[in-house]
Amino acid sequence: MNNILWEETVPGGNHWSGVLRRDTALRLTDLEGGANVAALFYNREEKLERYNMPDTLKAQHTAFLTAGNVCYSDMGRVLCSIIGDSVGWHDTLSGVSDAALVAEKYGTVNFQTHRNDMVRSGRDGLLIELGKWGLGKRDLVANVNFFSKVTADADGNLHFQPRHSKAGDTVELRFDMDVLVVLSTAPHPLDPVSQYKPAAVKLTAWHAGTAAVDDVCRNACPQNQRGFINTERFYAGSGRRSC
Amino acid sequence: MLTTSNLIPGNAVLDEICAAGEPWMGMVKQGQIFRILDLEGNQAVDTLFYNAADPEERYSAVDTIRRQGNLYLTTGSVLYSGEGRPMLKIIADTCGRHDTLGGACAAESNTVRYALEKRPMHSCRDNFMHALAHCDCARHRHMTKRDITANVNFFMNVPVTPEGGLTFADGISAPGKYVEMRAEMDVVVLISNCPQLNNPCNAYNPTPIRLLVWDAHR
Repeated sequence: MNNILWEETVPGGNHWSGVLRRDTALRLTDLEGGANVAALFYNREEKLERYNMPDTLKAQHTAFLTAGNVCYSDMGRVLCSIIGDSVGWHDTLSGVSDAALVAEKYGTVNFQTHRNDMVRSGRDGLLIELGKWGLGKRDLVANVNFFSKVTADADGNLHFQPRHSKAGDTVELRFDMDVLVVLSTAPHPLDPVSQYKPAAVKLTAWHAGTAAVDDVCRNACPQNQRGFINTERFYAGSGRRSC
Repeated sequence: MLTTSNLIPGNAVLDEICAAGEPWMGMVKQGQIFRILDLEGNQAVDTLFYNAADPEERYSAVDTIRRQGNLYLTTGSVLYSGEGRPMLKIIADTCGRHDTLGGACAAESNTVRYALEKRPMHSCRDNFMHALAHCDCARHRHMTKRDITANVNFFMNVPVTPEGGLTFADGISAPGKYVEMRAEMDVVVLISNCPQLNNPCNAYNPTPIRLLVWDAHR
């Protein structure tokens, strides 16, 4: 890849936020295996427009995400598309850990004794990052858990698949809008591992260009074709290239 | 789990009909019992719950799913807030399964799901917006689109397969089926009696529902 814009490593249990522009892409790399990246997406121009789990699942008739899928906003537009995936299943159903769950599973750890080996919940990590952009609890909605697999049996019971992702696994997101991305690398809330040792994740941003006419995500289903039309209408007349 | 209730409508402190396709907003106090009754069958009832004292605390689908380790709601299910506190507990259910994943239809998502020209149809999100603009209990709490999140769909059937497929299946509800829940805190209830005509969630025929509230058991 010769058009890399920047690279950064997020330690396990940490959190990150930033803006990814339309026509850039972000690769998440699980550096150690068993990573979880809780992610939320907001239209940076109008942050009331945000990733919507039910709309994403309904439009694509799926309960999980993989290559070819897109993440829909509540306004019928495509925030980002999964253009590459070595994992095959990313969880959309289970949310994030909170402080009570983390304390119960891993004990109470503070800065006084552990310095930056932080044991922070997914919820608290997301709330800290949201706060940096003027957002808060009202903006905290159902998130994607990249790298984690949770299935449901016929009765609806959930089953977490341990160490679903291996060291070196990647998922690649192309941003189809200007998007505020908020991430936490805390463990998945259903991960039974009793030690707090979440994996670090590398972020690699590059210039990917907007979705072409023959783009795989655009053409995965008629719903996505219409989602891309809505998205392109949002940027129409802005002087910015659309496909 | 199918469980019936012995509460008598004549003793209810609230007994209202919400017409087909309309929103409804109201209060249920801690200890009170709230029943939603599907009058004519297969009617999706899109419902959100807020802590009446602080609407930033609201029903969270993913916290509810994660805590019970199951996607569907029925008798015994506790509806949790994002703060991890129980908001309501389902204590009777003659339908057997209620959806947590389908969310609400919206003018905008209808353009994606069905056709770009479906935008002008009635939708649950527009119903929510209408209720927030007009109900005193929303205006006084400064509730807006920001407060709309993934809702419960009572009486709706959205099965997830072990392979991860998700479909809107024909309903399993029928005329007279109901779900009943006890409020564990004072809650604001926001309902859209779903007007969707493009899929089987209302059997292509949206119908009225009946809402009842009883005071706490003595």
